Amino acid sequence: MNDLLEILEQNSRVSVEDLAKLTGKSKKEIQRAIKDYEKKGVIVKYKTVINKDKIKGEKGVVAIIEVQVTPQKDVGFDMVASRIYKFPEVKGCYLLSGTYDLLLVVEGKDIHTVANFVSEKLAPLSAVKGTVTHFMLKKYKEDGVVLVKEEKGKRLAITY
Amino acid sequence: MIAKHIEQLAPSGIREFFDLVLGMPDVISLGVGEPDFITPWRAREKAITALEEGLTSYTSNKGLFVLRRSISRHLEKKYGLKYDAQDETLITVGVSEGLDLALRAILEPGDKVIVARPHYVAYPALVVINGGKVLSLQTKEEDNFKIKPKELSTLLKQNPKAIILNYPSNPTGVTYSREELKEIWKVLSPKEIIVITDEVYDELTYEGIHCSFASLDKKSRQRTILLNGFSKGYAMTGFRVGYACADKRIISAMTKIHSFSMLCGPVISQIAAAEALLAQKEVKQMRSEYNRRRDFFVKELNRIGLRTQKPQGAFYCFPSLKNFKIKALDFAKGLLMKEKVAVVPGTAFGEGLEYYLRMAYANSLDNLKEAVIRIERFISTL
Ligand SMILES: Cc1ncc(COP(=O)(O)O)c(C=O)c1O
Repeated sequence: MNDLLEILEQNSRVSVEDLAKLTGKSKKEIQRAIKDYEKKGVIVKYKTVINKDKIKGEKGVVAIIEVQVTPQKDVGFDMVASRIYKFPEVKGCYLLSGTYDLLLVVEGKDIHTVANFVSEKLAPLSAVKGTVTHFMLKKYKEDGVVLVKEEKGKRLAITY
Repeated sequence: MIAKHIEQLAPSGIREFFDLVLGMPDVISLGVGEPDFITPWRAREKAITALEEGLTSYTSNKGLFVLRRSISRHLEKKYGLKYDAQDETLITVGVSEGLDLALRAILEPGDKVIVARPHYVAYPALVVINGGKVLSLQTKEEDNFKIKPKELSTLLKQNPKAIILNYPSNPTGVTYSREELKEIWKVLSPKEIIVITDEVYDELTYEGIHCSFASLDKKSRQRTILLNGFSKGYAMTGFRVGYACADKRIISAMTKIHSFSMLCGPVISQIAAAEALLAQKEVKQMRSEYNRRRDFFVKELNRIGLRTQKPQGAFYCFPSLKNFKIKALDFAKGLLMKEKVAVVPGTAFGEGLEYYLRMAYANSLDNLKEAVIRIERFISTL
């Protein structure tokens, strides 16, 4: 990755002006590069990592669901996957090697909502052979960001 | 009661200023001479495991052989240097101890040592502590604070025993290309002079490639005491690990002193350092981050009128105050009291630097931005 993408991956809110200063490019060049990345789908979306545990009254639940599916002729897993990932409850969807096929990250208001989603929407799909649902108990790290506050060592304020 | 040459070591007005900074809460500090990154995890993890395994004894005087061998291979790969891990490599407690040992090993009372100004504070102090005399070589802003071979050759007439070369430099961030080093060597080589090189910032070179002085030619290798360590490039200041590489006779002399005064470097730190040499990806990431901050910070300083040359290495800028007709210590005190930003006055790095500041960009981008806003506001009141 180049400097621009590295910076944006860490913090998408750095202004075009600062990006220019940080990379030694002009503002125009930066704007053009960003547009280009957006068009090519290199930059997919700008989002904020929120630690929902810290928001009062908003205790949603997250479940990791293993799904076994029957692949379909010609299209393999892609077709089933797209049937599944289009549900708004599904926040993440991955095809894996191993004992099951798809791994889903599903979010809901509470355990019942997620359970309903599994039994009423996911399991009835004809290509779905079986599911195993794991509810997440605590998040330590997400998207490369550690969510529990780490104590940082203190440097002396002035040294030679 | 105290030896005269120690009593006379000047703590100067700077010490007071440092105490002022250290006593003030919530300062944005551009005065720190160490990385703001934490040691790469794999090195820390290795240290933890070593503790769990109970590896807590002394090592050999020269240091763990595995570490010396890794350093020897690292130097060969990076600079084409061949130092024998057994006889020509010594693990020290930081570059600081390496410097002390080098001077102790070669100086006799009254021997002269060339130190270029601005200089890292420890150089003249250690020369004096070890009974030597400092020959100061003033470099100038208009020469990019680089040593001019011609001025160097004038000083050589006084038959100095050694010269200390530090590049990339603390406090200017200036470094030398291979060609420039060759010019310096051309002047030095006819003399019987030992070259002590402090290359502790070698990993933090942003323009050009760092050239190790000993790699210039066979003779330069014989006359060089190469000092380096893990403090800066590997973000390991608190581990206290450095190393010295030189001709067998020199290393043997330095080891003699080290074996009596230090015995050996801390074992856990040595284990962590050996692992750190494998963390080249992390080192590269830190380097790119410093490089971006450098671009940003130098532009901003020049924009607000603090004339600054672009440094090629380390993590310091050395801006001039000549536009403002205010002396560095007054500027630094005012900035601290009014805006809570700490910088180091140039006078800390030698005489004749009353109109310069050292500012370290080893700080988060947010802090650097906020610091610039505050400095700009302070300047507008001058
Ligand atoms: C030029 C220079 N040499 C040596 C040192 C000390 O390094 P160490 O931590 O390896 O003793 C420093 C630290 O600031 C430095 O800037």
